[in-house]
Amino acid sequence: MQTEQVKAMANTVRRDILGMICRAGSGHPGGSLSTAELLTVLYFEVMNVRPEDPDWPDRDRFIISKGHGVPTLYSVLARKGFYPLDWMDGLRRLGSPLQGHPHADRVPGLDCSSGSLGQGLSVANGLALGLRRHGSQARVYCLMGDGELQEGQIWEAAMSAAQFKLSNVCGIVDWNHVQLDGTTEEIMDVGDLTKKWADFGWNVIECDGHDPDDVLRAFTAAKACTDKPSVILAHTVKGKGVSFMENKAAWHGAAPNEEQFAAAMAELDAKEA
Amino acid sequence: MSVKKVPMRDGYGEALLELCRQKEDILVLDADVSKSTRTVWVHDKYPEYFLNMGISEQDMVGTAAGLALSGVTPFVSTYCVFLCGRAWDQIRTTVCYNDLNVKFGGAHAGISVGPDGATHQALEDLALMRVLPHMTVIAPCDAVETKKATLAVAKYPGPCFLRFGREPVPVITDEDSVFEIGRANILREGGDAAVFAIGAEVYEALEAAEQLSSEGVEISVINMHTLKPLDGACIERMVRSCGAIVTAEEHQEIGGLGGAVAEYLALHCPAPMETVAVRDSFGESGDPDELMAKYGLNASAIIDAVHRVIARKAKA
Repeated sequence: MQTEQVKAMANTVRRDILGMICRAGSGHPGGSLSTAELLTVLYFEVMNVRPEDPDWPDRDRFIISKGHGVPTLYSVLARKGFYPLDWMDGLRRLGSPLQGHPHADRVPGLDCSSGSLGQGLSVANGLALGLRRHGSQARVYCLMGDGELQEGQIWEAAMSAAQFKLSNVCGIVDWNHVQLDGTTEEIMDVGDLTKKWADFGWNVIECDGHDPDDVLRAFTAAKACTDKPSVILAHTVKGKGVSFMENKAAWHGAAPNEEQFAAAMAELDAKEA
Repeated sequence: MSVKKVPMRDGYGEALLELCRQKEDILVLDADVSKSTRTVWVHDKYPEYFLNMGISEQDMVGTAAGLALSGVTPFVSTYCVFLCGRAWDQIRTTVCYNDLNVKFGGAHAGISVGPDGATHQALEDLALMRVLPHMTVIAPCDAVETKKATLAVAKYPGPCFLRFGREPVPVITDEDSVFEIGRANILREGGDAAVFAIGAEVYEALEAAEQLSSEGVEISVINMHTLKPLDGACIERMVRSCGAIVTAEEHQEIGGLGGAVAEYLALHCPAPMETVAVRDSFGESGDPDELMAKYGLNASAIIDAVHRVIARKAKA
């Protein structure tokens, strides 16, 4: 994909996110919009997956540890062709495969259910151990929120991945500095993440999480590291792309009404014009 | 009865060795208590089948979930109290919600853990595991049955929890005894009352039955090794033949075997019932035998409960 195509796809993903959440009347737009470029690059340029054979054993895996940010993933999987686009109409509705927090059982291409924060990196490690045990070259990606790093289990898993030299694990931190109740700095400062992850024995790569080329460079650098796990600290903006949502904790878990939705879509349209 | 005593966890360790010998696609995980859980035997003999996760139960359970997603069957091993308590959310949301093939070995359950005291005596684990959708819950009665149960869960789909104690307990089953997940074993039949026992309480119930028989009271003794799925047909049969039910477990009265059987009776076949269990309290340090007596869990407590339930049956 050309950079411009990735940007256009990320914009489409943002429209999907806002449409899904507005229709559902609930959801988490802020931390979904912040990962649009990250997941678009990952699924369209980096990961080895087969939409026509979603359970292909040698596929790369993606664990969305920050389960509340799943609208981005639902959009990317639909746009990649794992299931029909109209599935997105049912987000959070009774009987829909697209649960409010992801349930893998019902969604082709979704590797693991999640929603209770702090658990995904352990799952990614286990998958990476199992894949290595079975001689597979597949890689495991795990998306975490920066607020989520307040969960202690993340750091247990960080130790394990280094201990077992899981170079097939690539963590991604959506470092947007905002959580439900306020900024991470005022609620519970996660501090110098670059130094923290390095101290835990990880290969640390920083990138601009909204620049497709820089994101791709980061994933490529991660893959090149073969003696320890890599983590991409992606500098992002919560609510990215919709000016009135950007950097606002209030938009962590609130759905736009029709009027707000129209204003947001107009902004995204203007970006493409 | 004079019988050989062996810790149940020996059966767990032996079964794991057998699975390694058969080159099954398993991995044994432990949280720095491998000597206690006997997974050290795997570490020593088949190191490629062993992973020490350090003191991090939550990460261990999550890692097991990932292994299961990759097709490996993990055996997650540590003290029961830390496994079921510390990592309950991980077991619920990551293992059970995904319906993953993760096997749990919970060691040092019950008050008979003894001198380590209340922090290490799991008395709530059966309730915590039984309430989880998709979970199978098994508490074998001796080392031989523990080995069979471990081999059985290796072939049984979905999350499975095995519970065993610390102390050597009498071996009352043998290689030929049938063990089938979800099918209770009737060890002795008598018409005055039926005692459903789980874990080490099965031996206590058999002791109680001997003494009661010498008084002219004949009871049935059932080894309810599988708490979930519960063998309701066996309960109904015992209600018909005895009309009085006692449950016995090294666990809180709330939510364990007593809770499960009470639920079943109330919904399907009401009958007088008494429980032998811990009465909504924590344990304490002491010798296992002293604790079993103080907390009303030994054969003598079962005898008392049988007398109570028979008196209630007579009034009904």
